[in-house]
Amino acid sequence: MAIPLSYNFRNLRVRKATTVMTALGIALTVAVLLGILAMVAGLKSALQSSGNPLQMIVVRKNSASELVSQVAREAISAIRFKEGIQKFPDGEPMVSAEIVTVMNLPRKNDPEGANVTIRGLSRSGVKMRPEIRMLSGRWFEPGQREVAVGKSVAARFVSASLDHSLHFGRGDWKIVGIFDAGKTAFDSEIWGDLNQIATDFNRSEIMSSALVRAVDPIALQALKTSMADDQRLYLEGKSETEYYAAQTSTARPVEFLGMFVAVIMAIGSSFAAMNTMYAAVARRAREIGTLRILGFSRGSILLSFVFESLLLSLLGGILGIVLVLPMNGLESGIGNSVTFSETGFDFRITPAIIVVGLSFATVMGILGGLLPARTAARADILAALREL
Amino acid sequence: MNNNFIIETKSLTKEYKRDEFRIMALHQASIQIEKGEFLALMGPSGSGKSTLLHLIAAIDRPSSGEVTVLGQNLQALSDKEIARWRNEHVGFVFQTFNLIPVLTARENVELPLLLTHLSKKERIDHAETALKLVGLGDRMGHYPRQLSGGQEQRVAIARAIVTDPALILADEPTGDLDSQSANEVLTILSKLNKEQNKTVVMVTHDPHAAKFASKIRHLEKGELLPKGVLPQV
Ligand SMILES: Nc1ncnc2c1ncn2[C@@H]1O[C@H](COP(=O)(O)OP(=O)(O)OP(=O)(O)O)[C@@H](O)[C@H]1O
Ligand SMILES: [Mg+2]
Repeated sequence: MAIPLSYNFRNLRVRKATTVMTALGIALTVAVLLGILAMVAGLKSALQSSGNPLQMIVVRKNSASELVSQVAREAISAIRFKEGIQKFPDGEPMVSAEIVTVMNLPRKNDPEGANVTIRGLSRSGVKMRPEIRMLSGRWFEPGQREVAVGKSVAARFVSASLDHSLHFGRGDWKIVGIFDAGKTAFDSEIWGDLNQIATDFNRSEIMSSALVRAVDPIALQALKTSMADDQRLYLEGKSETEYYAAQTSTARPVEFLGMFVAVIMAIGSSFAAMNTMYAAVARRAREIGTLRILGFSRGSILLSFVFESLLLSLLGGILGIVLVLPMNGLESGIGNSVTFSETGFDFRITPAIIVVGLSFATVMGILGGLLPARTAARADILAALREL
Repeated sequence: MNNNFIIETKSLTKEYKRDEFRIMALHQASIQIEKGEFLALMGPSGSGKSTLLHLIAAIDRPSSGEVTVLGQNLQALSDKEIARWRNEHVGFVFQTFNLIPVLTARENVELPLLLTHLSKKERIDHAETALKLVGLGDRMGHYPRQLSGGQEQRVAIARAIVTDPALILADEPTGDLDSQSANEVLTILSKLNKEQNKTVVMVTHDPHAAKFASKIRHLEKGELLPKGVLPQV
């Protein structure tokens, strides 16, 4: 049997101050890591849940996003007659011509502002996204300088609330509604009437994209293929879900930077834990010698000190989780490098993220504890007993 | 080998080499200690008393010579085997008590039993019996800092005897104690020797402490002096 665990618990308690300081260092490291992971998880969930699997976004070939795509109005008219497109009850094909552009708007607590996606679309475009609910107000009327804004826009931009006006294009636009797109990327957009927006931005003939709904997945595939084969139109169709999922690459630089910072901090925290444990080993040299004389093996001494370091870092890990927990569900936004506008998201602290945080702390504890524990285990009994 | 000898050393030598310095801590010491003896090792500081005790307890390895304890040639054992062997057969008492400060008296005494196959309940029973034996039945839950030096040393003795070893080795067990506490500790060691037939080897400076022993041997400058011979003053 090994040295009792209560020995380690009590030693941590006896040197409260160092224990707390070291644990705090580890806690901050874990908090940074978890913050980044929560952000990435939130962003991925916002982007991945956007889109209907039967719908595709038609853009100019090789366009990474709707923003940089140009599609002539006639091309969209040509698409309307393709096979396999679902129809509205009135027989109109479900094809929505849309204009996507970005606009800088001042943000609450950031006068520099940030880019917001503005989408011009017809009422059929709205109807093709039935999952989007009006939270308050109503949709824009055709022919009016009216817009509806997504709820993350309303939450984060100055004067983006109901009955206020936004200034862009050739004048003011009245906000007549705030919609909830269920945490998808649309929540970060401003929607207005296609023709009004086309006029303001001088784009009557050049649309950005078309949203097309197929009757079934096979028809969707066929439509994609026929689109790709049509050299004259020079368009491509991407299924809506894939299109948004691909934008999660937006999070990659932040993810990378965050991981980098977390790893650097982890190295620092490991050294702090190591330092604390070296001090503990030095201070308890006589105890170590005594335990050895009582018959405890070098192995059990090693284990005991590694365990103590582990305990210390797990304490830090739990503290770190407690620190980031209030972030769960917190709304924020990130510049989307694909759409050149902000995508709003919620921080998501999932159980998986908590497990990652604890594992991270575990690794720090073991790495920090190993060398001091080895020193303790290797110590000569008599030399250890002579220490003060 | 005479089976009555619980400890037998032959030409036991321990030499420390440091740079060009060579310190002969113990030179060619041959001693035979009988079962049930209470032996006091005396001698001036630096004469090699602790060194001899450490070699008998297999805490240190000799430079040359042989040491056989309880019929076991200690050189033949690996580090791991020695740890087990010591846990089973030797109780060690230090001048500075060396209790674990974060553990209570009972937990300190229980420590060596963690290496045995006893159940938790048996361990506690044994620890409490040992503490009662040293007169600390009412201090089981106390931490070392809540005890006097004499009481700490009695806890340390309880810890040394809890595995019921045949041999108790004590290195100046009264060195840090006032005379009354020293007497209590010596009385306990003497009782363990007489009533439980434990063999006790005690290093001491103090002639009064040595009176509790049944035999006295002296060391001087690393040499074990012949029986009855005292170092020149
Ligand atoms: N690790 C070591 N390195 C070098 N020399 C040592 C070491 N340990 C002991 N010695 C030397 O060996 C000699 C014997 O030491 P030992 O500790 O056995 O003496 P002692 O009789 O117990 O003395 P004291 O009464 O002061 O405790 C001394 O000269 C001491 O300095
Ligand atoms: Mg000594």
